[in-house]
Amino acid sequence: MLWVEGVTAGYGNGVVLRDLSFKAAKGQVTCIMGRNGAGKSTLMKAIMGLVPVQSGRILLSGTVLSDLPAHQVPGQGIAYVPQGRRLFGGLTVAENIEIGLLARKRGTRTRDFVLDLFPRLGNRLDQIASTLSGGEQQMLAIARALCIEPEVLLLDEPTEGLQPSMITAIRDTVLKLRETGLATVLVEQRVDAVLRMADRVAFMEQGQIKADVPVAQVQADSALFKQFVGV
Amino acid sequence: MTESVKVWSLHLGVLALVFAAQYVLPPYHATNLARIMVLAVFAMGYNIAFGYTGLLSLGHALFFAAGFYGMGLPIGLLDWAPVPALILGLIAGGVLAGLVGVLALRTAGVSFMIVTLMFAQAGYLTLLYLNTWTGGDEGFVVDRAARVIAGNDLSLDGTRFVAAFGLFAAAMVGCLWLVRSPFGRVMVAMRENEERSRMLGYDPFRIKLIALVLSGIYAGAAGAAYGLLFGYVGASFATIQYSILPMLYVLLGGAGTVLGPFLGAVLMFYLVDITSGYTDAYLFVVGAALVGLVLFAPRGILGNLRERFAPWLP
Repeated sequence: MLWVEGVTAGYGNGVVLRDLSFKAAKGQVTCIMGRNGAGKSTLMKAIMGLVPVQSGRILLSGTVLSDLPAHQVPGQGIAYVPQGRRLFGGLTVAENIEIGLLARKRGTRTRDFVLDLFPRLGNRLDQIASTLSGGEQQMLAIARALCIEPEVLLLDEPTEGLQPSMITAIRDTVLKLRETGLATVLVEQRVDAVLRMADRVAFMEQGQIKADVPVAQVQADSALFKQFVGV
Repeated sequence: MTESVKVWSLHLGVLALVFAAQYVLPPYHATNLARIMVLAVFAMGYNIAFGYTGLLSLGHALFFAAGFYGMGLPIGLLDWAPVPALILGLIAGGVLAGLVGVLALRTAGVSFMIVTLMFAQAGYLTLLYLNTWTGGDEGFVVDRAARVIAGNDLSLDGTRFVAAFGLFAAAMVGCLWLVRSPFGRVMVAMRENEERSRMLGYDPFRIKLIALVLSGIYAGAAGAAYGLLFGYVGASFATIQYSILPMLYVLLGGAGTVLGPFLGAVLMFYLVDITSGYTDAYLFVVGAALVGLVLFAPRGILGNLRERFAPWLP
């Protein structure tokens, strides 16, 4: 279980997250929604130690992540796929995966798992990552993140700018991963994607979680979308 | 043919050709080649930091000079035997790189370049200041009697060539092994995207520091060998020129390729050697060649070849 307890965080003197509390449970997909500037990506970065936490704490299975330097956070079992994917663009698909595996000394079993999850990548192992299509790059970014065998996966707008078939593929993957018991936290702007993937939806505004509800509740009442996302 | 077989065949083939060159080249060019091999080891070290890890340093002359003085001072002042002196030179390069790295790696990009340059300049001025021991600007000659290892006189052309080749071959095989190892992959990941590497759980400071120390060991080994093989230790090897030279070799031959530094060293050495025979303004020719390189082969000769024809080239 990932716990974010009363976290205030930001850049320099600027506060972005204000006394924010939030949790992500095993085997659940939690979607974070909110308008631009609400603090969704900052929340992801704060969890990963990339934005300093000024007060409060972030825990994963009893370990206080917010006390650790950023490079030690993934080792606790948490993986992050940032917005824009940020692959090692000059390296091949195989090398990107290998670097992910080496981070926590995972072997062929993990490699086979991620390639089973994304068979398209298996056919492009020698291709330079930057020459893949947007959807394939997103698959590779997720595959590489999964190479550390995380307990929690953070995905920041994974369907942004992708064609419908790729969005479906990414969505199906997230659902498959849920079945393995992975806790997934997903920043997403597309309402249809959220409704198909999420177990819970957390709405952010001005650096705080204003509502955290089961997806059935927002399916029954779209007023929350209108209030916090404007659609 | 597997990738591994292709890679090792190519590199061992190049080593065989270089070794055989001593039997066909006139003495002048054989001596040049010995010098080039040692400079190529220096450039290979630079390539580990810059080409593979993305650390653009302007301070490698310090590590190169550490090799010269780490070897030369114990021989000159303490009558050490050449082998332990050579090892001390190699260690001196690595230790200095570690010390500089602990401070300089807190910066990045242009700041890193400037900090490393400042360290190298401080090292150069220290060598001049301590002229009682270092010989200052004039340096000192390594006594011929001290350049004999197991009865082999390193001042003789044939022995010198074989010794330079031994260092060059060891350095190339070591570099090839390094860049194909898991740590080599991580160095490249650091070059490609440091923040992403950190998010996968790698410690960028640690990785870069190790890479810089390895680079310093190569530079120190090259400096120590150069001093021992050619019999001279001087502060001129600590000037900024010797920080820029390995960078040019690497850029010309191909950053991030194992053979690139050697190819760059050969071409640059002979470009200077030949053009300086015609004009004092040979640096204009070198400059023009570099402008052409940036325009037509920005990844260096082997870097561009790899991009177009041989993606397996390490």
